[in-house]
Amino acid sequence: MALEGHKKIETNATLLLTLSFLVVTVGGIVEIAPLFYLENTIEDVDGMRPYAPLELAGREIYIREGCYVCHSQMIRPMRDEVERYGHYSLAAESQYDHPFQWGSKRTGPDLARVGGRYSDGWHVDHFTDPQSVVPESVMPSYAYLSDTVLQPSYIVDLMRTHRLVGVPYTDEMLENARADFIQQATDFGDPGVVARYPGAQQRDFDGQPEVTEMDALIAYMQMLGTLVDFSTFSPEQAVASR
Amino acid sequence: MSDHHTPHPEEQKLLPGDPDTTGHSWDGIKEFNNPLPRWWLWTFYATIVWAVIYTVLYPAWPLVNGATPGLLGFSTRANVAEDIARFDAMNADIRTRITEVELASITPDANPDLYNYAIQGGAALYATWCSQCHGSGAAGVQASGYPNLLDDDWLWGGSIDEIHYTISHGIRNEDDLAARYSEMTAFEGLLSDDEIAAVVQYVRNISGQSADAVLAAAGEGVYLDNCAACHLDDGTGDRFLGAPNLTDAIWLYGGTPEAIEHTVRYSRFGIMPPWSAEASSAGRLSEDQIRALAVYVHALGGGE
Repeated sequence: MALEGHKKIETNATLLLTLSFLVVTVGGIVEIAPLFYLENTIEDVDGMRPYAPLELAGREIYIREGCYVCHSQMIRPMRDEVERYGHYSLAAESQYDHPFQWGSKRTGPDLARVGGRYSDGWHVDHFTDPQSVVPESVMPSYAYLSDTVLQPSYIVDLMRTHRLVGVPYTDEMLENARADFIQQATDFGDPGVVARYPGAQQRDFDGQPEVTEMDALIAYMQMLGTLVDFSTFSPEQAVASR
Repeated sequence: MSDHHTPHPEEQKLLPGDPDTTGHSWDGIKEFNNPLPRWWLWTFYATIVWAVIYTVLYPAWPLVNGATPGLLGFSTRANVAEDIARFDAMNADIRTRITEVELASITPDANPDLYNYAIQGGAALYATWCSQCHGSGAAGVQASGYPNLLDDDWLWGGSIDEIHYTISHGIRNEDDLAARYSEMTAFEGLLSDDEIAAVVQYVRNISGQSADAVLAAAGEGVYLDNCAACHLDDGTGDRFLGAPNLTDAIWLYGGTPEAIEHTVRYSRFGIMPPWSAEASSAGRLSEDQIRALAVYVHALGGGE
């Protein structure tokens, strides 16, 4: 009788756990494992590069402040989203994100393509007092970001950690990380940052002479979604390669 | 689990008509051997059958280089491209026409359908792309450098063509070489503190605000030597240079003595992004969208 077979499993904790594990494994093999070898999981696009040191520090602040709780970075492939935010997000655009910042709720707007949409001055005004520019906003003030001067003390360690999980930071990038970190927001004559990180924007983001957390966060904001060259990307190709 | 061969002191009593038990007993509680309801069981089998059908119709099983595409050829990316193309096709006629006519001819009388389309579409575009700086009501952010679009005071010109140019190329941005550009001198270090204090009072005076008469008189010379080249001798400004009119009561960065002094000392450098996709890679709007926006902004109240 079937019930007797059942009894064998139910009265033997080790057997129950082993069989449960096997069942769950099937789901993992079918749903997760293919993502690591399928060639079309991450699109082949031009323009993606690892984050420049200052941008990476800005990204850390983004995570520290919990921005992802209210902002997504994932434009879904739907007409209304594409019209509001721009081209839908590609997996390739998150390939150097550890962890990714797709988010799951939009109390504020999606930020996947916020880069270049506003001036640096607007970002400073908005982080300092969001309601001064968007009266209907419920975003809290992040004025204190302007007060904290950032030193690149741990930036090399941070980049090394990212390299450990697969971000292709070169030795040259690591060697120049501290200098790049400072120069992206202060020294506009030195082209090193842009040479190492094509498309990096080099300027004084927050209007203060020092490199502050505000600089780092705005540097991150202004590069979001700007890297991929969409003139060389066609959705038809992406579909054809399925 | 207790051994069901040894009767529990509070053994559950079975009543006549009860179904069979499984023979299991936990602390005297027995388990009826009820079959699953038929409807439930058949629904369960149906979901299994549906799962198989689904994996045949839709992209599902991972293979070596990709996944099975499914018989229906479903693709979210193809769907969104199709969806956008469908709406583009529906609007193709009016969007072509709006790029072909003279901007100034898009009026309720001359081209009522184009005008209506531009106002409705422009309002949606404005809410999406412009409201964050210029305000959802288009009144700007007073004294913070985000211009009011409702009044008739224009920094760079308020004709529909000038508005169209400003939206296309933006102001003082680095992305578009054709962006409107001017840079006021920061007079910190160039003028003495006394001269700055005097010229601030002079500007207060010509804008009709209360001012220290002695300082204002002393400031006139400073003004004519340093400011009049752009703001003109009478202070009415020069739109070609984006130099604001100083004689009206409208202030982009505030008209208090403190705000004016800050402007004189450190200058101001407001930036607007370029929106035309043709003019710069950073641009995000098509020509017909920019034209709709220009008509909308022009109609907000202050268009010339």
